Amino acid sequence: MSETEDTLGNAGYTGTRVEQSTREIAEMANQTYKYGWSTDIEAETFEPGLNEDVIARISARKEEPSWLLDWRIKAYRQWLTMAEPGWANVHYPKIDYQQQRYYSAPKREKKKLTSLDEVDKELLETFEKLGIPLDEQKRLTGVAVDAVFDSVSVATTHKEILKKKGVIFSSFSEAVLECPDLIKKYLGSVVPIGDNFFAALNSAVFSDGSFCYIPKGVKCPMDLSTYFRINAAETGQFERTLIVGDVGSYVNYLEGCTAPMRDENQLHAAVVELVALDNATINYSTVQNWYAGDKEGKGGIYNFVTKRGKCEGANSRISWTQVETGSAITWKYPSCLLMGDNSVGEFYSVAVSNNYQQADTGTKMVHMGRNTKSTIISKTISAGHGNNSYRGQVMVMPKAANARNYTQCDSLLIGDQCGAHTFPYIEVRNNTSSVEHEASTSKISESQLFYCKQRGIGPEDAISMVVNGFCKEVFDHLPMEFAVEATKLLNVSLEGSVG
Amino acid sequence: MLEITNLHANVEGNEILRGVDLKIGAGEVHAIMGPNGSGKSTLAQVLSGNEAYEVTEGGFTFLGQDLLEMPAEERARLGVFMAFQYPVEIPGISNAYFLQAGLNEIRKSHGLDELDALEFRDLLKEKMDLVAIDHKFADRPVNEGFSGGEKKRNEILQMAVLEPKLAILDESDSGLDIDALRIVADGVNRLRSPQRSMIVVTHYQRLLDYIIPDFVHVLWRGRIVKSGGKELALELEAKGYDWIKELVPAGVAEDEG
Ligand SMILES: Nc1ncnc2c1ncn2[C@@H]1O[C@H](COP(=O)(O)OP(=O)(O)O)[C@@H](O)[C@H]1O
Ligand SMILES: [Mg+2]
Repeated sequence: MSETEDTLGNAGYTGTRVEQSTREIAEMANQTYKYGWSTDIEAETFEPGLNEDVIARISARKEEPSWLLDWRIKAYRQWLTMAEPGWANVHYPKIDYQQQRYYSAPKREKKKLTSLDEVDKELLETFEKLGIPLDEQKRLTGVAVDAVFDSVSVATTHKEILKKKGVIFSSFSEAVLECPDLIKKYLGSVVPIGDNFFAALNSAVFSDGSFCYIPKGVKCPMDLSTYFRINAAETGQFERTLIVGDVGSYVNYLEGCTAPMRDENQLHAAVVELVALDNATINYSTVQNWYAGDKEGKGGIYNFVTKRGKCEGANSRISWTQVETGSAITWKYPSCLLMGDNSVGEFYSVAVSNNYQQADTGTKMVHMGRNTKSTIISKTISAGHGNNSYRGQVMVMPKAANARNYTQCDSLLIGDQCGAHTFPYIEVRNNTSSVEHEASTSKISESQLFYCKQRGIGPEDAISMVVNGFCKEVFDHLPMEFAVEATKLLNVSLEGSVG
Repeated sequence: MLEITNLHANVEGNEILRGVDLKIGAGEVHAIMGPNGSGKSTLAQVLSGNEAYEVTEGGFTFLGQDLLEMPAEERARLGVFMAFQYPVEIPGISNAYFLQAGLNEIRKSHGLDELDALEFRDLLKEKMDLVAIDHKFADRPVNEGFSGGEKKRNEILQMAVLEPKLAILDESDSGLDIDALRIVADGVNRLRSPQRSMIVVTHYQRLLDYIIPDFVHVLWRGRIVKSGGKELALELEAKGYDWIKELVPAGVAEDEG
């Protein structure tokens, strides 16, 4: 705990984070999605369609060892036998998986890049424009980034500094070649290939993503981050992230994402696996800002993601913090398997659905070890015709003596065309445990808004203030930069929700 | 400064204000007294632009401008301030941030530079001392977990920071013990100035021992039924509200429906 507090300590007093961005908020309030442009770059893009040959070609592009191709094919065959899940509270036309493209990568002169100088200028500019400079000198200190563009990682910064501490931070493709033993040991160890329809699909066709390994006793000297950019049209992004925290290690990991504005829906089906060994801590934060579609609900990303962490060791800790503002549809349940005794799982979430956005998101906390503890704080905001569902499962297994869970789900409604739903599933098989669930749903309070206005604050800003206050508990768990970003995003997402 | 003419207003379809006339000059302090339910808060809310209250007839001007069509935030920027009878909690937003946002909006509308967080802190501390509020309240969420008295003082603090031209204090004395009442009254008195008018709404005469009004009005069933100098408050205290019924012109008391 103390370490977590350390890293958050510079947050200072209540409201600081929000304060930081007052001015930007005002500017942002009148903007729409600002990452909606695309980069014109020569790319190698596969024809639409999926079969074993396509998978073999993806694997070949990445020069993968044969065991990995076998693993993919096994996943593919399993996927063929599976049905797309229909239980989520989301509605969309049937996806034709043969109409998707499964690989798109900017063309490169050389196969292997040895320095940033060799990275295509347009790609560097793309990320610079997104606010993610890849030049280490230009980067804010304290955050290393792996930049993923469609199906490939473009560059990973600060590798040398990290290496000195033994931290491995690289693109997934590179890790497959450079540390195959770790990959072999942990890939699919948290999310098995047949876990669910989208995870199976991802296992078959995943292209790139990030790999992190924090060695024994190392507190990662800087925060690690991955920035995902979808660029190519009609192409799905299927990335894979694996983070392994060895005994006594500590890492903060951040993930951000954007996509161009397009009228067609695009599929994003990622898998993230976290492994925390004894006394290890992994804090995983996401600010999800995919393109959400337009005001009429046209276009936008389908964000169908499987994220799961395994607290394998005693006293280990995994904390998920997510701010979900983008995506036409979000289907996502970052979860924790609390296997080690005294291990801790946390889920802090803000999900916004405006216009015609749909979100079905939540978590699953599976208590297996003794004295395991989990905390779930979910804040959903629905506006326009948005539909937001919290779906959470808390399971206490027979051996999980003294397990504790606290769940709090708050829903805020703006306007009367939107919806909020809560689906808690609780299963307790040990009578020494305690599970607490609190839920509230409220309309944004007119009296709060009037109070703000009476003090001179305009209606849009009043909403943003009340909503930001509502989300504070979650934002407090984000690193500073992300918290400011999240505040701004919230305002953009809620734009036009007044009146 | 403020001129209210034949003001009628409804809440949820019920007519609450039934023809209020009132003129307030610059620098004047007017007390509005009346029994519970007579429409005092309704008048305060209507003046400050709460859209839950519907003006059905008459209106009011402030500094020569018609306020009726003006949204609440613009009235606030023009200098209308209300200390709420029931201050609202805003979880997750610090008092300092909230007030800074309000003050900067007001400054912007007057073409003044916005204050940054540090400049604002200094100002806030100064004003907190003025109304004897501990500095730690700057960082607490707006009104959340404040005691009744702390909420009332916090309203006066906001007034001190925003420096309105017209301050409407809606029962800023209710629920206060005598010490807290003195602090609130001191704070208010320090803010009295020839440029600032005040409407002090109160149920009891007590507050007016500390904030000496220039005029006292009695509101009853949505109308001002008697006006006078500060002695009227004492008379009212001595004779009770029943007395005003006798003051009401014949017919008015029965015509509600
Ligand atoms: N928001 C509201 N909704 C419904 N009725 C209201 C509301 N506000 C005031 N009223 C009614 O209007 C009348 C006058 O109330 P109010 O203005 O609060 O009186 P006072 O402040 O003098 O006690 C009361 O009958 C009260 O019940
Ligand atoms: Mg009242």
